[in-house]
Amino acid sequence: MEIAFDYTRSLGPVLGQFMTGLRDQRILGARAADGRVHAPPFEYDPVTASPPGELFEVGPAGTVVSWTWLPEPLDGQPLNRPFGWALIRLDGADTAMLHAVDPGPAGPAGLRTGMRVWPRWAPDRVGSIRDITCFAPDAPAPAAVDPAAVDPAVVDTAPDAVADGTAPVTMTITPVRLRYLHTASPAESAYLRGLAEGRLLGQRCPACGQVYIPSRGTCPADGVPTDTEVELPDTGTITTFSVVNVGYPGQQVTPPYVAAAVLLDGADIAFQHLILGCDPADVHMGMRVRAAWRPRAEWARHADTISHFTPSGEPDAPYESYARHL
Amino acid sequence: MTRQPVAAAVLGVGQTRHRSKRTDVSIAGLCREAVDRALADAGLTMSDIDAVVVGKAPDLFEGVMMPELYLADALGAVGKPLLRVHTAGSVGGATGIVTANLVQAGVHRRVLAVAFEKQSESNAMWALSIAHPFSTAVVAGAGGYFAPHIRAYIRRSGAPSHIGAMVAVKDRRNGARNPFAHLQQADITLEKVLASPLLWDPVRYDETCPSSDGACAVIIGDSDAAQASQAGGRPVAWIRATAMRTEPTMFAGKDPVNPAAGLAAAADLWRKAGITSPIDEVDVAEIYVPFSWYEPMWLENLGFAAPGEGWRLTEAGETEIGGRIPVNPSGGVLSSNPIGASGLLRFAEAALQVMGKAGAHQVPGARTALGHAYGGGSQYFSMWVVSSTP
Repeated sequence: MEIAFDYTRSLGPVLGQFMTGLRDQRILGARAADGRVHAPPFEYDPVTASPPGELFEVGPAGTVVSWTWLPEPLDGQPLNRPFGWALIRLDGADTAMLHAVDPGPAGPAGLRTGMRVWPRWAPDRVGSIRDITCFAPDAPAPAAVDPAAVDPAVVDTAPDAVADGTAPVTMTITPVRLRYLHTASPAESAYLRGLAEGRLLGQRCPACGQVYIPSRGTCPADGVPTDTEVELPDTGTITTFSVVNVGYPGQQVTPPYVAAAVLLDGADIAFQHLILGCDPADVHMGMRVRAAWRPRAEWARHADTISHFTPSGEPDAPYESYARHL
Repeated sequence: MTRQPVAAAVLGVGQTRHRSKRTDVSIAGLCREAVDRALADAGLTMSDIDAVVVGKAPDLFEGVMMPELYLADALGAVGKPLLRVHTAGSVGGATGIVTANLVQAGVHRRVLAVAFEKQSESNAMWALSIAHPFSTAVVAGAGGYFAPHIRAYIRRSGAPSHIGAMVAVKDRRNGARNPFAHLQQADITLEKVLASPLLWDPVRYDETCPSSDGACAVIIGDSDAAQASQAGGRPVAWIRATAMRTEPTMFAGKDPVNPAAGLAAAADLWRKAGITSPIDEVDVAEIYVPFSWYEPMWLENLGFAAPGEGWRLTEAGETEIGGRIPVNPSGGVLSSNPIGASGLLRFAEAALQVMGKAGAHQVPGARTALGHAYGGGSQYFSMWVVSSTP
């Protein structure tokens, strides 16, 4: 599974200045009430909780306070070759900032606490912490960083005026991506395997006798395992529904469409499914429907094996037959 | 053995002017605005605060993991206990209750509750529509989830189809009396609401809450702190009772129109507050109504009306300011919805009413008020009753 979104961060006055500084190749810090200089600057003083006074430039060189070696970088990290993560105290600052350090061919042997490092600026700066590609042990030389070493997926984008260096940076885009593997529980697994065989398998709760489909393996009301398998037909009743006319990022069905609570015959809980095969205006409570399976060759251990539900043509179910499921 | 709780009261309330986008501030700056206003309202400084409780909606809404940690500096929480509460959309209400409980338990004297949402940084519909591997992704956001239950309510109660629009008109007009409300729609009419597009049939655009950036802060103190405030000429709102209940998102037999957890929480709340007839003994209610039809639904769930009868109160104008039970004089969630803060806003607005500080949306003579929030798939309920006297 993968979920991803590009969050748009409002930076506010302090971080906005800090990001604007990075675009202009300046690293800014702030002095706290106790006299210590924080770089990056704080939005609110950790001792007095007050906002900082005027920000000022620190560094750009600094000293490694502590570090660790990353032999296998992950997607989205600053460099796509092995590098060090270091806490770097910039000249003029009392706190350390976390950034990547590229020691070059020396590898981890080229990193030590107390070593001096300089920022390597990205050629295209937009007002982002990534405007510093990394730090390195040598005093800067032009174009020291091979742009091919930088993962293009993590380079932020910004409005033209910001990239041109003509407007203060007020926003930053933070792409967040989460890829994960869902391990199906035994009950989910049985349900999904059933779909691949064209069968609808639910489970009955031994305590309350209610039939769940899909079952999660336990009864949410009684908290006991639902271990009795029940095969259900692919016909049911629309208990209630809505017509979705609104879109959103990542939507899998194009509006307008009918999302209905379908109560399969013999089930005690409805599930949401798509209704096709009739005018949305004709869908109503109590309408009888039948599963529309994908072609046999496409049956798989996946919810999409049933494409949608469609009117079966049977007479409506009486209200009393499904009223307790509303 | 049950110990008698310490008396607790709301000492101060602060909120932002809710907007669709507050791009001028960070999340920390947004929260701080509400906190500074609450401290000023209570005549206190950060050094008077013993602990901080933060509430916000699911992390996916803003993509910040554990935002409470990075907010510690902004909230003056360094060196103090800092807790985060999470009960989906009801989180603001739950945050108020946890804060009250810390005082009522005698653990702290003055505790700050902060709740926030910056919807402009993300997309809540996307965050609420993440597909499960074993179900079909047809539920479109919160509206997609709640619209079928609204249809079920209309069928069960036989309510006329314009009730939802009446609620929207009332709440938006109330919101126009509240300078902090996001939507300012003094001129809205029933005809306009009924003519607005159906987003999730039967829910229309104008019957839906906005997406807001906003924050709310509430300071709760013990009876000594409350008496010190009163001695300084500052009114307080005494917390007479709090209640929370939970039920699963889905189970066979769940009644999403009139959920058992809400009924149980309300029964517990009225019993603790010594209230036997809510409609006669409560002067004003701030109820979590993100879709207009939830006003009559929650009026029934809370016991202001019998099942199936809540819409009659709305239709008769009894939920307007001046009616038997004014609901959401602040404009409610239908006028401002910074999701994580919306529950605490209901609790705070209830407090403002009994403190007599609600300004142009004050219910005259309000002495007892309800604050209410719900969240998840109608599964988390939190509520409190506040009064002008202990």
